Amino acid sequence: MFAIKSASAVAVALFFALFASAMPAAALDRVNVGFVYFSPVFDTGWTFEHDKGRKKMEALLGDKVQARIVENVAYGPDSLQVIRQLAADGSHLIFTTSFGFMDQTLEAAELFPDVKFMHLDGYKRRDNMGTYSLRYYEPSYLAGIVAGAMTESDTIGYVSSFPLPAVLRIINGFALGAQSVRPDVKVKVIEVNSWFDPGREREATDALIAQGADVVAHVTDSSAPTLAAEKAGKHVVGFHSNRASFGPSSQLTAVIPIFGEFYAEMAQSVLDGSWIAQAHWRSMAQGSLGLAPIGSMVPADVQDLVAQRTEALLSGELHPFAGPIRDQAGELRVPEGEVMADDALYLIDWYVQGVEGKLPE
Amino acid sequence: MPDLDLFVPILIATLGAGTPLLLAALGELISEKSGVLNLGVEGMMLMGAAVGFAVAAGSGHFALATLCGMLAGAALALVFGFLVLTCRANQVAAGLALTIFGVGASALVGARYTGRALPANEVADIPFLGDLPGVGSVLLAIEPITYLSLACFAGVSWFLYRSRAGLVLRGVGDAPDSAHSLGYPVVTIRYLAVLFGGAMAGLAGVFLSVYYTPTWVENMTAGRGWIAVALVVFAGWRPGYVLVGAYLFGGATIAQFHLQGIAIASQILSMLPYLATIAVLVIISCSGAAALRHMPASLGTPFHPER
Repeated sequence: MFAIKSASAVAVALFFALFASAMPAAALDRVNVGFVYFSPVFDTGWTFEHDKGRKKMEALLGDKVQARIVENVAYGPDSLQVIRQLAADGSHLIFTTSFGFMDQTLEAAELFPDVKFMHLDGYKRRDNMGTYSLRYYEPSYLAGIVAGAMTESDTIGYVSSFPLPAVLRIINGFALGAQSVRPDVKVKVIEVNSWFDPGREREATDALIAQGADVVAHVTDSSAPTLAAEKAGKHVVGFHSNRASFGPSSQLTAVIPIFGEFYAEMAQSVLDGSWIAQAHWRSMAQGSLGLAPIGSMVPADVQDLVAQRTEALLSGELHPFAGPIRDQAGELRVPEGEVMADDALYLIDWYVQGVEGKLPE
Repeated sequence: MPDLDLFVPILIATLGAGTPLLLAALGELISEKSGVLNLGVEGMMLMGAAVGFAVAAGSGHFALATLCGMLAGAALALVFGFLVLTCRANQVAAGLALTIFGVGASALVGARYTGRALPANEVADIPFLGDLPGVGSVLLAIEPITYLSLACFAGVSWFLYRSRAGLVLRGVGDAPDSAHSLGYPVVTIRYLAVLFGGAMAGLAGVFLSVYYTPTWVENMTAGRGWIAVALVVFAGWRPGYVLVGAYLFGGATIAQFHLQGIAIASQILSMLPYLATIAVLVIISCSGAAALRHMPASLGTPFHPER
């Protein structure tokens, strides 16, 4: 018995020795990347854009990368199972692509200290868990210029989802862009309390149009606002994807995230062993955001102005949140000659002047 | 406050938001009047929405899509009928199972079509409507299926209280044993009522996916089927109150969009339909027999002809 026991102990020791030597601290030959999506991959929208990014990453890195996706993952305890499973199955890097996965990503990161995690839009980090977010307010500012130039009623509608800082930044950026070409423009906000409810998104769009909006924008994920605007003969600014096929005569432009290069960069840094947990806040200048082609109904001088402002934004000469900026109550939040600091912008909880909408106390 | 100019758009939007509720609730009313409680409305609506959208996207033929959506709802109802009428399973359990099944099956059917666009929906204008002075353009802005739902309401009201067949249906719901001893085929009549309920739920689903949004996404009915079930109780099993309730609940949704930013938090306004249902349930149970006069006496009870 003793002989067998000691033999097995030697075997175990050998196994661990082999295993340890097979796991170098740095450089890998191939990186396994996992993606956790909260919805199925559609033809448009948030998850579609992430999956486009995943494909682009594969195209850029070729056989150095192997990707796995899990779609339609519910928030809450189920998502922890999925993230853990991906980590246990040999993923080196896992992207969780929705704010709702924050706590579960952190929990998985604590369980698997050797796996790198990247969580979208969150604020919890660890030495093996970073975050990434996009400066959506930049293209929103440009889209606001188009909308401001196109409105005849001086009223733009906004179908909002939730009053989160990420959403308020987008609406504020948009309103500042619209005001830069039409100072008296009003931006009316209706919240539907959902990221995705085509019925309510359509009803909210109709309600905004009834209240005088002739351009509608949205921070929700379905094409219902575009379809409703098309039907009503009004204009719309798309969100997350180019939705021109849903609104050929209504879509002025659309605000689009671009994830491919960033995903490839992250995967490459894990391959090199140079990855560190960071808070990435990607901009248009870094190629992480863009506008859909501006519709032919937009006059050439407006298109030129947008091109000009895009240049200024990319060069850093223009910042959408440059003072003076007042809030709804008229209080000066950003004085003239200053730009809003990133920290304050990341946690913004107020609307700029000219936005009509009530925020929770 | 919303001014008077908003009255017409709010009215049109309310009719639109109330339409799926009215259609599904009328179907459920007929089913319940025959004595069968079908809690699977949400599942049948989703199935109708998915199948209708798939047919519309595939064929571009909206009338065919509407018909197929209704058939899909009825097919699911047939499964339910087999369980509760032929096998005499518990109606509540079978109905809940039907909803859960419908959620999954519709996701499977619709998977390929999620987030897709429909070919242009060229619904023919209803003749002469646009020519009416003053109100013509308003009447045209109302969805054709909304008119259909009003016709269904008239038909169901007439059927239940003015036709002999409706009398028999109510008889089957109130006293199945007496109806049976008079020679009426209780189980067959209940099957027909359940199938009608399924077809109407399917139509409500098609309205949402093909005409109203128009797009398909998993679980897109977002609880409207449950509101329809509550609506029948809310109405005390009377068609007139079903109509009022459907527009009341639809109007509450629309009103909350217009009231936002003025006074009340949107989250509180979103609860309105559910609060109203709870309030009515409380009123019904407190006022006792009078309010329950129209409730089918055998509701939810399986029928055993051999006994």
